[in-house]
Amino acid sequence: MLTADEITEIDKAISLVPVRKAAGIEALKIVQQRRRWISDETLRDVASHMQMSAEELDSVATFYNLLFRRPVGRHVILVCDSISCWVMGYENLVNALQERLNIKFGETTRDSRFTLLPNCCLGCCDGAPALMIDNDLYKNVTADQLGEILGIYE
Amino acid sequence: MDTVMEKPLTEHIRPDGKPLSLKEYEAVGGYSALRKVLGGMAPKDVQLVVKDSNLRGRGGAGFLTALKWSFVPLDAPKPKYLIANADEMEPGTFKDRILLESTPHQLIEGMILAAFAIQASESFVFLRWAYKVAAHAIEKAIHEAYDAGYLGNNILKSGFDLDMHLHTGVGRYMCGEETALLNSLEGKRATPRAKPPFPQISGLFGRPTIVNNVETLCNIPHIVNKGSDWFKRLSRTEDSGTKIYGVSGKVKRPGAWELPMGVTMRELIEEYAGGMQDGLRFRGALPGGASTDFLVEEHLDVRMDYAGVAAAGSRLGTGTLVVLDDHTCPVGFVKNLEHFFAQESCGFCTPCREGLPWVEKTLQSIEDGKGREKDIDLLHMHTRYLGPGNTFCALAPGAMEPLQSALKYFKSDFDQHIHDHRCPYHAIPATLEHA
Repeated sequence: MLTADEITEIDKAISLVPVRKAAGIEALKIVQQRRRWISDETLRDVASHMQMSAEELDSVATFYNLLFRRPVGRHVILVCDSISCWVMGYENLVNALQERLNIKFGETTRDSRFTLLPNCCLGCCDGAPALMIDNDLYKNVTADQLGEILGIYE
Repeated sequence: MDTVMEKPLTEHIRPDGKPLSLKEYEAVGGYSALRKVLGGMAPKDVQLVVKDSNLRGRGGAGFLTALKWSFVPLDAPKPKYLIANADEMEPGTFKDRILLESTPHQLIEGMILAAFAIQASESFVFLRWAYKVAAHAIEKAIHEAYDAGYLGNNILKSGFDLDMHLHTGVGRYMCGEETALLNSLEGKRATPRAKPPFPQISGLFGRPTIVNNVETLCNIPHIVNKGSDWFKRLSRTEDSGTKIYGVSGKVKRPGAWELPMGVTMRELIEEYAGGMQDGLRFRGALPGGASTDFLVEEHLDVRMDYAGVAAAGSRLGTGTLVVLDDHTCPVGFVKNLEHFFAQESCGFCTPCREGLPWVEKTLQSIEDGKGREKDIDLLHMHTRYLGPGNTFCALAPGAMEPLQSALKYFKSDFDQHIHDHRCPYHAIPATLEHA
């Protein structure tokens, strides 16, 4: 079931577009913001509110990299795996992260604290290697700094 | 370096990079171009001054901005749309981020002027999700512009109406392709559309639509204020204006700088980026993002404008260089690029969906020391089959550009991987490191 607050936000998005379906991505963003990820049940609820079939909405949801159709932890770490970061030491950074968190790409720590994902170019190639945790961007990251950076996120 | 160098796009950026507020922007002449236009210029007049300026799109393709605008029927009924493409996702590119974060009102003013030129009544900033700082800056600036009467109904009492919305994407390289961007704004998968009809006639929700890059739009207020001759004089070459160039990779000072169009690659790398890091040599560079052909040492004095880079066998693209040094494996470098393209292919057309993963796997096996002689032929075959004319959009042909030029300029590296059954750049066998 969608909450009243979610419905209000989704209806606001619908009011801004000439075709109801056009707000589908916005609606998925709204529920993901509150639930961290989009379960099958959530997807069906959103689709029904959007007057779309679940299949049609899922074809959109699964297309985009940052709509999560599987559970993620409280914090999502996105490591830039594109060219400038790769040149500047991405592999070492990823190895250090995976070792420290004891997970691989696509996995979540057992305490649900972190999910680790690779990500396309973050657009700060002059600060490579870079990663984002939730909404925060970190540039020129070295393996030594990881302890301090991860410590910010409970 | 030039003795007098104007930097219209970036000269007012605060030292701390924080966004200029509306007041600060107005204090340095902000919104005076809008006042000038709404004070008595016709849409055609705005198109004319931009046409005379020879401004070409800064998003990568370099299409003439005013020519693109001219295809929009001026007398078409409402709504028409103007969209700022701020989905900067070309690997190695970080120029629009600077403009978005630091001078959001410059973009908004450029958008209002462009919207007026095509008589659009609705506008969107299509921003990539990762640009959180920019999202905040633009949202705030749009509010300020509404409050000041620069947006909304009857702007500056001229009778011109324009609404503006910020749309943040959910991550997909395809969204940068203008017709895929329109599909995404319509809530669909970001797959490209067949052309014709072109978006200028039938774009967002089937209405006439213009999609312009952020840097392109930021130039408009300055062209309107100072004229097309001034804009042409900014450049050193036939391609007018300034360009925000960038350099990343193992140079001493990676960064981005607004410079006259037509500076050389050597100036960018040696003067602005401070040269290569100690102990490293320059081997090549992608001149304008991941989907451009490598240029190498013999091209260092090539002028970084549309014609200059094209004559050297590549494309200016986004004008942001990614440098390859002599301690970095060219095969691994290209494999990283092809991984990106394979992942970001929308899967709509077969050559791209099937071909790019094949290319990536072939490069991986060469990098792992398992390559065979005939893999080189296989890669060459893909550069033809995935080249221009064989795919639905420009993604796969773009992906083939760094591959075909790497096979040409770094052939000995490919051969050595195959003959030695290992990557010569890795101290330990690549297979172990990747395990």
